[in-house]
Amino acid sequence: MSENYVPSSKFGKWFNDRLPLLTLSKHLTDYPTPKNLNYWWTFGGILTFCLISQIITGIVLGMHYVAHADMAFNSIEHIMRDVNYGWLIRYIHSNGASMFFLAVYIHIFRSLFYGSYRSPREIIWILGMLIYLLMMATAFMGYVLPWGQMSFWGATVITNLFSAIPLVGESIVTWLWGGYSVDNPTLTRFFSLHYLFPFLILGLVVLHIWALHVPGNNNPIGIDIKKPSKDTVPFHPYITIKDLFALLIFMIIFSGFIFFAPNILGHSDNYIEANPLVTPKHIVPEWYLLPFYAILRAVPDKLGGVVLMLGSIFILMALPWLDSSKVRSTVFRPLYKKFFWLLVIDVLALGYVGAMPAEGLYLLIARVGTIYYFAHFLIVLPVLSRIEKTEPVPLSISEPVLGGMLKPEMARSDRKDV
Amino acid sequence: MDKPEKKGNRRDFIFTASYTVGAIGIGATIWPLIDQMNPDSSVKALASTEVDISQIEPGKSVTVLWRGKPVFIKRRTQEEIAEAQSVSLDDLPHPEKDQDRVKNPEWLVMLGICTHLGCVPLSDKGEYNGWFCPCHGSHYDTSGRIRKGPAPTNMEIPKYAFVDDNTIKIG
Repeated sequence: MSENYVPSSKFGKWFNDRLPLLTLSKHLTDYPTPKNLNYWWTFGGILTFCLISQIITGIVLGMHYVAHADMAFNSIEHIMRDVNYGWLIRYIHSNGASMFFLAVYIHIFRSLFYGSYRSPREIIWILGMLIYLLMMATAFMGYVLPWGQMSFWGATVITNLFSAIPLVGESIVTWLWGGYSVDNPTLTRFFSLHYLFPFLILGLVVLHIWALHVPGNNNPIGIDIKKPSKDTVPFHPYITIKDLFALLIFMIIFSGFIFFAPNILGHSDNYIEANPLVTPKHIVPEWYLLPFYAILRAVPDKLGGVVLMLGSIFILMALPWLDSSKVRSTVFRPLYKKFFWLLVIDVLALGYVGAMPAEGLYLLIARVGTIYYFAHFLIVLPVLSRIEKTEPVPLSISEPVLGGMLKPEMARSDRKDV
Repeated sequence: MDKPEKKGNRRDFIFTASYTVGAIGIGATIWPLIDQMNPDSSVKALASTEVDISQIEPGKSVTVLWRGKPVFIKRRTQEEIAEAQSVSLDDLPHPEKDQDRVKNPEWLVMLGICTHLGCVPLSDKGEYNGWFCPCHGSHYDTSGRIRKGPAPTNMEIPKYAFVDDNTIKIG
């Protein structure tokens, strides 16, 4: 095992006795991984790539960007037109944020489907949710930096969410702004924090992976496995090559956006410089925040809307304790599986109506969608996890295969013989 | 048992005293780091703006920037004043008399900021002939009072004064 690892070279041994980095790298390469991980499990690696890519392109953009209300907008155009490859680096960074969120949503729904948030992985899940929260804060502040109309009014609306807090709300908003409206002090502090937060995310990612390496990966059939055993393969080369292949596919899609539709996920109003006197006719956040925006607008009360919007994120943190099913993986929960997909459709629908005007049918859909979102986590999941009759779970990953079964779901007849 | 407990109590006092001093010290150190984010002196210095209102026709309005925020100065028509004054307070989510919101009924001076999430409402729009916020659909009447939608309160009235017949000083 890697814990007893002794480097072969004399220098390696000398170094490793003083700083066991080689032991760590041995641990990472040998790390026993369930052999049935599917491609939904490749998004951890993809997300690591996204974070590194955002940090590198962000540092480069920071070399050319000017964080001042009078100059920010022009400095972005300067990056786009004058800086060598500035257009490329900025498009990687702006589309990279979208790709980051795309990957993180797949990663989160993967965990939801296969019960990866369940004991003993609660801390991994909560760390992941904190990373997600920081990602949203970082993305929001980053979107303000170009100082276009959407930047300015997005910043105004989001910071005003805090004004819903009774008594101290207004003071908090003034404190966040550093003035009486979104202005230069707001821009400079957002730039400072936008630079800081990715490194906080990086730190949390290290903890996230550390916490993952204690119990090891969950797997599609959601059972505990012995490690290492015939149910596991070493991380390298088996998982690294699979992750790399998935990353290549992901980068092809990413490049498609960068080179063929770099502005399709953005909003044209952000190419108009910020104007505190005119609010754009239809303001919407970036696509990855739309479901929450829909929840905010679904409630006809200011404080209520803010509370439900924040609640929709924080409720996820309680997930490990809301689900008490004996079986982790939704593969063996036929009834819950239907509700899982209903949740996916619900979130997509909320995202859609979040981009539409808050009136008529859209508002109705947003309200129904909001009710289902909370009902899913507060009623369906706790109740179903107690009453649903789950399908038999195989004893090991190898069992259904060696028993001649095509799919783990079909392993139920095997169970009684064991 | 008694003796060590007594000693422990003396020790506890020292611990509590040290923690308290430490906490005060940390608090005093952190406060400047928090307060630096509040509006600075240069922002506070831009406290008032004078506006010439002699060119505004009845029914028209101008928007001026005060402390980075838009201020609507509207010269209301007699119908608009009558409409604003005739509303029963029971119909208002945030009951305020029109008379209490103006110094001279002809001139409505208010912060052009939707009290929901801070967008700038559009004038002469909405179901109450006043303002309509396009962001989340709040309707305001001709006195800038919230009538329908998610905004919790009426649009705010800033501190202002008539310097003379043609000039308003905001702030």
